[in-house]
Amino acid sequence: MSSVRLLVGTRKGAFVLTSDGKRTDWKIEGPHFGGWEIYHMKGSPANPNRIYASQSTSWFGQLIQRSDDGGATWEPVGNEFVYDGQPGTHTWYDGTPHPWEFARVWHLEPSLHDPDLVYAGVEDAALFRSSDGGRNWEELSALRRHPSGPSWQPGAGGMCLHTILLDPRDPARMYGAISAAGVFRSDDAGASWRPINRGLRSNGIPDEDAEVGHCVHRIAMHPKHPDTLYMQKHWDVMRSDDGGESWSEVSGNLPTDFGFPIDVHAHEPQTIYVVPITSDSQHFPPDGRLRVYRSRTGGNEWEALTNGLPQEHCYVNVLRDAMAVDKLDSCGIYFGTTGGQVYASSDSGDHWTAIARDFPAVLSVEAQTLP
Amino acid sequence: MIRVILPAHLRALARVNGEVCFEITGEITQRALLDALESRYPMLRGTIRDHVTQRRRPYVRFFACEKDLSHQPCDAPLPQAVADGTEPFLVVGAMAGG
Repeated sequence: MSSVRLLVGTRKGAFVLTSDGKRTDWKIEGPHFGGWEIYHMKGSPANPNRIYASQSTSWFGQLIQRSDDGGATWEPVGNEFVYDGQPGTHTWYDGTPHPWEFARVWHLEPSLHDPDLVYAGVEDAALFRSSDGGRNWEELSALRRHPSGPSWQPGAGGMCLHTILLDPRDPARMYGAISAAGVFRSDDAGASWRPINRGLRSNGIPDEDAEVGHCVHRIAMHPKHPDTLYMQKHWDVMRSDDGGESWSEVSGNLPTDFGFPIDVHAHEPQTIYVVPITSDSQHFPPDGRLRVYRSRTGGNEWEALTNGLPQEHCYVNVLRDAMAVDKLDSCGIYFGTTGGQVYASSDSGDHWTAIARDFPAVLSVEAQTLP
Repeated sequence: MIRVILPAHLRALARVNGEVCFEITGEITQRALLDALESRYPMLRGTIRDHVTQRRRPYVRFFACEKDLSHQPCDAPLPQAVADGTEPFLVVGAMAGG
């Protein structure tokens, strides 16, 4: 019988949750690396027992941990993230030039085919790659060296490369999303990049439809429809059907189109999920009601999913990497909150259950579907 | 014999309990001590000082003999009591934040 393993990164450690395919009883293991921030953990699609974790604190910096037994034991691998050449400057909050400085790894994206190949999206925004299981890292510097790089500015959370999407149809095509620069695409395995932000409008920047400068919070793709991308921008939910060449807004009837995560149903490429948040200054759900919104039409028409979610006095946030789906039938949806809850639905979002209530603030959730 | 006391997080990372003890040949300086420590425990590289600049991380402090040696030049000799193992060299996570 299939089973599900959830990898939950929090402000104070990592947790591994497992359940059989019914997804009613969950075993919780952890915290691993107690006291450390775990921005992200992700397993290799080619070998699910190979898991990478980004571990950091302000005191002792960045570590990468690797497990080869599904998260039971871990070993630290390489943590030397050095920008290629003279990194130069980007633009600071106040508009002045600021040196590129490595802060942390936000996101780890293992190759679809090779367990030893893994990409890391880092702050200050850059893309790194390891081809030896995380022991050594090299920057794919063409992204940071894009001519627009000196104009990139940080969002409130820092200038981070937070999303990496790999096209399952074309190993040379990959996407990276940066707050607050926008989305970039490579069609040559990272050797060159170009911004793909046409159609985005952001009224918080001087030129609201500029080529770069948009605070993209998260992008998502269904593996069987890799030309269709969904985006939760700072404000606005967006969709592209041409690999990011152009975007159109699909916020539709959402109560607010500000938010962080966005994800796609495992078996219904037009079914997508967001968690509307009141605003960029009020990082909590509207009216204190935690609602996931689902669209079965790829956007524009949204329904609130509330069954099992707190509908009063709820003032948590759901961060960009803190939502995931499994591949079982019916599709499981999971998300974690800054209040330390992890919610699970085993029926595509119709009903929700808190499977953890008192974790540290959740930074990331990934789901592995195991045979 | 040099004695080093690591903060709890780094003891866990290096999988050691209590003090770390080792011999160093040559002059006993902060750089020589940290080089020797990282050589024995490579997982500590980058956690105490920056990989590239070799500067102490901002929230890390070095104490010994009831003195803060954090701002001493890294090639200056450490106190004789550290060099002869009478006193430990403390790597400390600064009290900051939560």
